[in-house]
This record gives sequence, C-alpha cells and structure tokens, in this order.
Amino acid sequence: MPQLATVRSLQQRITEMQPLRLDERALPTAPELAPLLPEGALRRGCAYAVQGSRSLALALLAAASASGLWCAVIGCSEFGAEAAAGIGIALDRCVLAPDPGDHALGLAGLLSETFSIVVLHPPGKVGPRDAERLSARLREHGSALVVTGDWPRTEGSLHVTGSRWSGLDRGGGMLTARELAVRSRDRRGILHHTVRFERGAIRACGADGTAAGGIGAAGHAVVASLRSPRARESAAS
Amino acid sequence: MPSIERIMMVRVPDWPVHAHRLEAEATAAGAHREGSPAPSGNPAPQPAPQPAPLALVSRHLVIACNEAARTEGVRAGLRVREAQSRCPGLVVHPHDPEVDARRFAPVIAALERLVPGVAPLEPGRCAIRARGPARYYGGEAPAAIAVLEALGGLGLPDSRIGIADGRFAAEQAALAGPHDPGIAAPHPGVRIVAPGASAAFLHPLPVERAADTALAALLHGLGIRTLGALAALPEAAVGQRFGAPGVSAHRRAAGAPTTRGAEIQPRAPARDYAAELPFEPPIDTADRLAFACAGLAERFLDGLLRADLVCTALRVELTDDAGGEHTHIWQHPGRFTAADIVNRIRWQAGAMPRDVERAGAGISAVRIAPARTDRVSAHEPGLWQAGASERVHHHATRAQNRLGHAGIGTVQLTGGRLLADRQRFVPWGTADAAPARSAERQRARVGQRGPWPGAIPAPAPSVVFPHPPPAELIDARGRPVLIDGEDLLTADPAHVRFRNRETLPVHGWSLPWPLRERGWAGAPPRFRLQVQLASGDAWLLLHESGRWFAEGRYD
Repeated sequence: MPQLATVRSLQQRITEMQPLRLDERALPTAPELAPLLPEGALRRGCAYAVQGSRSLALALLAAASASGLWCAVIGCSEFGAEAAAGIGIALDRCVLAPDPGDHALGLAGLLSETFSIVVLHPPGKVGPRDAERLSARLREHGSALVVTGDWPRTEGSLHVTGSRWSGLDRGGGMLTARELAVRSRDRRGILHHTVRFERGAIRACGADGTAAGGIGAAGHAVVASLRSPRARESAAS
Repeated sequence: MPSIERIMMVRVPDWPVHAHRLEAEATAAGAHREGSPAPSGNPAPQPAPQPAPLALVSRHLVIACNEAARTEGVRAGLRVREAQSRCPGLVVHPHDPEVDARRFAPVIAALERLVPGVAPLEPGRCAIRARGPARYYGGEAPAAIAVLEALGGLGLPDSRIGIADGRFAAEQAALAGPHDPGIAAPHPGVRIVAPGASAAFLHPLPVERAADTALAALLHGLGIRTLGALAALPEAAVGQRFGAPGVSAHRRAAGAPTTRGAEIQPRAPARDYAAELPFEPPIDTADRLAFACAGLAERFLDGLLRADLVCTALRVELTDDAGGEHTHIWQHPGRFTAADIVNRIRWQAGAMPRDVERAGAGISAVRIAPARTDRVSAHEPGLWQAGASERVHHHATRAQNRLGHAGIGTVQLTGGRLLADRQRFVPWGTADAAPARSAERQRARVGQRGPWPGAIPAPAPSVVFPHPPPAELIDARGRPVLIDGEDLLTADPAHVRFRNRETLPVHGWSLPWPLRERGWAGAPPRFRLQVQLASGDAWLLLHESGRWFAEGRYD
C-alpha cells in the first residue's frame, strides 16, 4: 500500500512538472479556463478562436493582463470597459482600435510585434493566405491571437453552445451569474466544458457534477481535460 | 553657523495702485491704437500733478491706496465705508490680482536684463542674490542704485531696496526708515544692513514681523514682544513648545539661514522657443506639409534641447492662405520627438475644413511653440526600465499613423449615468493615457465615482452601444409594453425585437428601475430593464419618453 501511495505521489509530481517544460511559450491564463485550452494555457505564437461570447474572449486575456502584459483589442467598436475591468483586464495596458476598417489584419500583424495578446474581431471572411501570413508574424514575435469569429487555422477553437443566466425572474431579481456551455475543438478532439461567471468575474467551476447538471439543454456532460490535475483528483474520488 | 547669503530685496510700495494705473493707461492707449503694453516708459514727467486719492477694494475692504489717500487717513484693511468717511473724495476701484501679476512681469523682465537670478516673490516684490551685482557694480550700494535707476526708468521712482543677510532681514530692511538703528541709507531708496549685523538690526523689531497673528498673540501673552527676545530663546525649546512654525519664526528672528533649501529660487528667464516656417506658394495636402515640416521640427527641438528642456505639450498654429488661424494644443505622454511633431502637424492639417473650390488654398505658415516643457533630466530613459512601454508606444504610434489620431487609444472609466458615459476613449499619445501615471489616476477616479443612483450592479454588459439602437418590447397580445405612472411595466413582456431583426421570446425580466436626473429642468425619468431571452442571451434596455433602446448586451 505505501508503495502504491508513493507511486501515485510521484505520478502526481510528474504531471505537475510536465507543463513546466512548455512554460516558455505559455502565457498566464486563468486556471478556470485551463481545461478549455489544449496546453492548459494560451501559448505564444498561436491563434485561438472564440465564438459566441465576448466575455469569454476577454476572460482569456484577464490573467495575462493582470500580470503586466499589454493587450490590444482590434475591431470591437462596442467595447464595454466596465465589464472588461470586472473580468480583470487592466484598462491602462489594453489598447483599443475600435474601428480599423480594412486595416484590421495589418494592424493585428503590426501590434503583434509588441503586444502579448491581440484580440481581433475579423472584418469579414479571412482567407487562409492572410491567416498564414499573420500566423508567421505571431510565431516570430511570440504573441497570441484571440479571434472573435471564424479563423482558418487555430490552435484551439471555442464555441459557445449554450448560455444560462441566473438571478433574473419573471419581473424581479437581477442578473448575477452565468453558465456557458463551451465546445472546444483542438487536437484533443471535441470536448465540452462549462464556464461560470459570477458578477462579471470568472469563477472556478465547483464540483464538476453540478456543472454537468447545469446545462441540461446542451445535453452534454462535462468532460474535463485529462491534463488538469484537479480533474484527475475528482475523477479518482 | 553656516554663512548666510546676502539678499537684495526689491519692493515697490503700493504696487496694486501702480498696476492699476499702468492698466488704465494701456487701455486708454489701446483705445486709439494697438500699441505695445505699458512699460515702454515715460519716465519723469508723469508724477507731476498731485494724483487724486485712490483706493483699490475687494469684498468691501481696502486692499491698497496711494499716498494722497494715505495722508487722509486711509489704510489697507479698512472697510470701504470707513475709508470714504475719512476721505470723502476717495476714488474707489475694484482690485484685480491678475492685473497685479501681469503688470509685474515686464518689471521682472527689465530687472533680468540688468542683473541675473531674479526670484519673483509676489507682485510688487522680488529678491535678487546680492553677491553678483555687488561685484559687478563695485559694491552693494552702487548695485542697488543701478537697480533703482532701472525701476525709475519704468515709472516706479518710489521703489525701495533692502540689502541684508537672508531674505527675511532684507525684507525688513526694505521696510525700514532711513534713520533706523543698524541701517545705512546711501540713497533715499536704499537701505543696507552691514554683513553680520542683521541680528542686531532685527533685535528691536516687533515679534509680529516674523510670526503669524496667532503665534504673535501667544508670544505677546508670554511677554516676548521683540524679535530679539524671541531669538534669545534656545531653538530646541521653541521647537518643543511651538512646533515647526515656531522654529521657522525663531530662525527668521535670529537672522539664521532657513532650515532647508536656498534663500531664494531665481526663476529661469523666459525665452521664446517657437519655430516658424512660411510657405510660398501655400501647401495644400497634409502629407506634403508634414514632409516640409520635418526640418522645422528638428530645429524646434534643437532650440529646446540647448536649454536642457523637452516639450511635453505642443501648440501648433497653422495659418491658411486666407489668413485664418487653426490652433491646437497637443499633449504627449512622454516627450515630443521630431516624428511626433510632424505627425501632429499632419493630423491637424488633415482635420482642417477643406475648401476645394478655391484654387491655391492651403497652409501658408506653420508655427510650433512649446505649451509645456520639462527638464530633460526627467526624461532620460533609465538603465533597466527602457523596455516594454517604449516599444508599445512605438508600435501604437505607428498604428496611429495609419489610422489617424483617434484610431487607437485606451479606455478610461469615468463617472456617469449611462454606460456609454461611464467610459471615455483616450486617443493614444494624449497626456491622460500616460501608462505610468494613469493607474493611480484611475484609482483616484474610482474613489470619485461616487453614488450614481440607478447604476447597474456587477456584471456590467460586455457590449456597450455608443448610440443605443431602438428596441421594441411587446406583450403576449402584440401590444407594446411601456412604463406606467407607478414606475412599473404596463404588461408582462413576451417578446423583444431589435431594429429589424426577428422577434425574440423573453424568458425573464427585472423590475424596471428609474434613472432620475435634473428633475428641476423637467427631464423625463429614464428606466432600465434587464431582459433575459429564451436563447440565453441577456440585454439591458433603456426606456426614455415612451421608447425602448438597447443600452448594452451581456455577451
């Protein structure tokens, strides 16, 4: 028995140490969002697509912004600054280009030279050639791109399949918490997750069981990422 | 005791009266011709006729009066009624401190041409370090007489000069009479206290000269009536009993140097750093203008740099061929480089109204002047910190070149009722967006945010419409839902429609809550309503005089 415990503790230490090797290219990411991303964090030089929720796209930036990195948001003309601040984005290190018009892609390439994360709301359909050119610049300068829309080649793409608010009644109450059902598609395959926001800030998913029961409409159980040690523990218990 | 500087104090008695006279003369002269302002100087013949008694008043109190009024018994600090009863012929004018300061500036400039290092203290009073002028003119008395002659040339013959050890003693010497003990008066307007004799000179003066009213009253109560008596006390004991004001009064009374800093801080003489470039023929496109201004910007910055200055706010004046002036003051978070200046000129020219009908229309002259400067030492890049924010600034500026001035920037939170009012877009390169300082400012502003009745509790909509689009709220029978007299919805909403899109079923809604403001002006109350759709989306609606708008979306 003690041998088994030793083996398990060693295994756990190995899993905890493993991501450290990849960390050079990892950007600070909220731990609540780690299961959504293939490496457990945003990686420098990669593009990510988020469809269906601007809050989720901004939540990906929050930890990096709070750690002192600069972010750029391109093409979001209806930017809610209070919501962004509530999610945890430092507004004085977040540069906005609300209406770049046709320059959006070129601007994303230019700003990716300095800004650690660039959020891009693509003006229309983006061809694979433009995307590849931008990806090359991302890789060269080591910044991450979060696209709120379609993108040809991504490291991970998140699609909001369902949303449920709580706190509001028929004629009373206030919006307080939100649960998003998110489908992620990356090299791990297609996975389903639940992301919770409470009073505008992202909140750790509690026990996965309650989250799974949460979105009945979506009809999917939560499949937590196997790389997350927490998910492993809860699965073991 | 460290040696104390010799200070020359220049004092113009009744300065507000002089300033008022100069201002009146300038306006009278300006009535027929646009002449240069007052100090062009008409020296001797002016004071020949005996002037009428005159007093300048503010809030019913006499601030200053001339000699004629003083002989009738008028004093500063008197009520106007009392002064008028003492001197029925008194001419009363309102006192304007701004005129005092403005009219004193040419006097300081004239003194600066004569002696270096003039420290303006207040309108009518300035201090000069005496050592340099004394060596140049061969003694303190000749230097003082030279300064007095210069003032006489400006039409101020009754000025007084006091020279003593330290600023306070010099001030008291300038106030002293010619036969007071310890005073040498080589000229009717000059009072000199010999070096090292300042303490003896100050000894018999009343204690009010060095202490404020409350402290002086207290000292009188303790039997300390002269500066000598105060100076005789040990400084530590004074500090224990009266604190910092007591110590500074004690040091002044003892003729000792101030506890820290120099006795006086001379101002840097004003210089004109503006640079100008005329164009013949006028230039009509912003890009050509920017190209032509590259050399101008370099020249302008060179001139500033020679004075160890950098420009942090820039005034750009564009003159078009019809003579119209287009002026704008540009702020900068750091300091202007030549490329920054050229960009500002290009943006300003690009934003000018264009008259395409007229051939040859364009810019005929550009003038750039510093609106605010800073010492160059405050803008040296540090050894370790020349990192991210410099690069960010570089790239943001390049993006700005492509998109225009307001194309890229940061957002600040401000106070306000509507969501769109609560945030402010600050174009990049405006002083407010300075990354180092804005965090503190933002924190301060959060404190100022104050209660905004009707504000939305936490989560804030992540999509905020700058111009709220109209929306329709419909009940189950297809009739519009409005707000009744009791601030409630007239019916349960069943559907909502935004612009021309399809009708969406409503799943839940909050109580409408009012935004009441400016009720005294008859502004109709506005109402907010949170609506949750069956699809899971949530919106924030705004009701204003019978119509609904979508203020934000919880996306």
